[in-house]
Amino acid sequence: MADIALAQDNRIPVIRKGWSLRRLARTDEFFRVVTRGAAIAVLGVLSGVMIALLIGAWPALGKFGVEFLWSQRWNPVTEKFGALAPIYGTLVTSAIALVFAVPVGIGIAIFLTEICPRALRRPIGIAIELLAGIPSIIYGIWGLFVLAPVLQHTLQPWLIDLFGSVPVLSSLFAGPPYGIGVLTAALILAIMVLPFITSITRDVFEQVPPMLKEAAFGLGCTTREVIRNVVIPYTRAGVTGGCMLALGRALGETMAVTFVIGNAHKISPSLLAPGTTISATIANEFTEAVGDLYTSSLIALGLILFVITFIVLAVARYMLARIAARAGV
Amino acid sequence: MTMAANARMNTLYAARLLRERLFLGLSMAATAIGLGCLAVILATLLIEGIGGLSPRVFTETTPPPGADGGLLNAIAGSLVMTLMGVAFGTPLGILAGTYMAEYGRYTRLTSVVRFVNDILLSAPSIVVGLFVYEIYVAQVGHFSAWAGGVALGIIVVPVVVRTTEDMLLLVPDPLREAATALGAPRWHMVSRVAYRAAKAGIITGILLAVARISGETAPLLFTALNNQFWSSNLNAPMASLPVTIFQFAMSPYEDWRRLAWTGALLITAAVLALSIAARALNTKRGT
Repeated sequence: MADIALAQDNRIPVIRKGWSLRRLARTDEFFRVVTRGAAIAVLGVLSGVMIALLIGAWPALGKFGVEFLWSQRWNPVTEKFGALAPIYGTLVTSAIALVFAVPVGIGIAIFLTEICPRALRRPIGIAIELLAGIPSIIYGIWGLFVLAPVLQHTLQPWLIDLFGSVPVLSSLFAGPPYGIGVLTAALILAIMVLPFITSITRDVFEQVPPMLKEAAFGLGCTTREVIRNVVIPYTRAGVTGGCMLALGRALGETMAVTFVIGNAHKISPSLLAPGTTISATIANEFTEAVGDLYTSSLIALGLILFVITFIVLAVARYMLARIAARAGV
Repeated sequence: MTMAANARMNTLYAARLLRERLFLGLSMAATAIGLGCLAVILATLLIEGIGGLSPRVFTETTPPPGADGGLLNAIAGSLVMTLMGVAFGTPLGILAGTYMAEYGRYTRLTSVVRFVNDILLSAPSIVVGLFVYEIYVAQVGHFSAWAGGVALGIIVVPVVVRTTEDMLLLVPDPLREAATALGAPRWHMVSRVAYRAAKAGIITGILLAVARISGETAPLLFTALNNQFWSSNLNAPMASLPVTIFQFAMSPYEDWRRLAWTGALLITAAVLALSIAARALNTKRGT
């Protein structure tokens, strides 16, 4: 007894100290496990989306097989569904959008990094970035009520007249000027992805070592020659990554396109004709879809969109990570 | 130098100069196009939206076609679901970002999560709507504000993860070493030192996430759906400003369209104010 009492006398503080240290260590371990769990949950979201879409799309994919990918019919009455028209519309609108947005976006980045007076850089940069902040529904309503009527009365009749007698181009710009359609959707998308291209291009332009540029200027190069021969080659991977990122955005954009594309399930060679995209089809038809096969087909469309954007964005991130790694070295 | 060579030099120089001017002119034109788009969009919103702006917008619910009314239920629904989205997404995002910057900075898991997170950051939001429909709406059998909040929460996560990680990485390591040298356990160091140093940046991230989700329409279309009437039931469909704008703008009724423009003006003003506030907060930290 006395032994124990003595031991207690001596050990209590020691035990207490050890105990509290262990408690601290346990809390620390707990905190580490919780944060690690949250990080894993982020991965879980991605795989969860994949799995849920796959399960939802299974009835349609099982029924139509791979033919779903290249069948053009979309008939809710006979329940025959194929994804070709929306896939085509998605790819074409995004591609045209990039054709417009890439030169303009890079042009703005060049202006901001090379030409713009220092005092104006920040305000102009912020203004361009605000374009990215405007919600897509705003672009949609603006596109439908402002841009589409303007195009209908100016650009589209002009294009039809201009190319009416040129063999190939006449079918590209055929038909009545509806205002809405593939071209209008592409223009709206171009405005929407412009700030993404500008901000990434500008970031990578600023990573070019000043020494390289000054050396070129010292040799008597003009600004254009410096950009063409020094800046662009140095930043090619980053600029391409930025454009891919913009492409990923454009592919998945929903509301703005839904307003102005016209929602026609057909593939028309004319850029002035109405069409549809994957996201617009889902947004328009999902809540009205009756029957499991119809719903499942729409989810299958969503799966296709997710896979396409995943690949594009993964390539974009890979390229951007590569240039970031080089800048870090 | 012969005269011919001299002349050639001069034409070469003139050509270079011309190209240079053309190039600079084009890049200025590109900037003008970008700024012009912003100006035209904002001007249209002001012109079309300001006429319908009256106290009634904030005090009355959405009207049937042909009647007077406001956007009260849509505004309230947007606020509620945005709040839910932030409440669901922020803790997860901050914790994941903390792991990436503080505990597993050099682990394989972190680089994988960073890669996946960056993809989620620009993944199509309509797919998130489909996902929540599949796992929640289809299971319980009805649309609800909860589902809308979950969908928005999923969109919040990557934004917050990204800014939390970035901002924690900006905290100088000597601060961490000092705290650890004083005997602080790691979680103490994170919560009392690193979080405090990165507070403004993390709040900026949350503000940016709020700005992002308050304009989101696609993920709400088949989760929260829409509601013509006032509803405080989180288990029932709930109106939101973006979905109401979508419905009203696509309608053939003149007074619905006018309300849609007013709603559009309100959303844009709120979103731009949020992103400018976030930026201001971030700048103050930087100086």
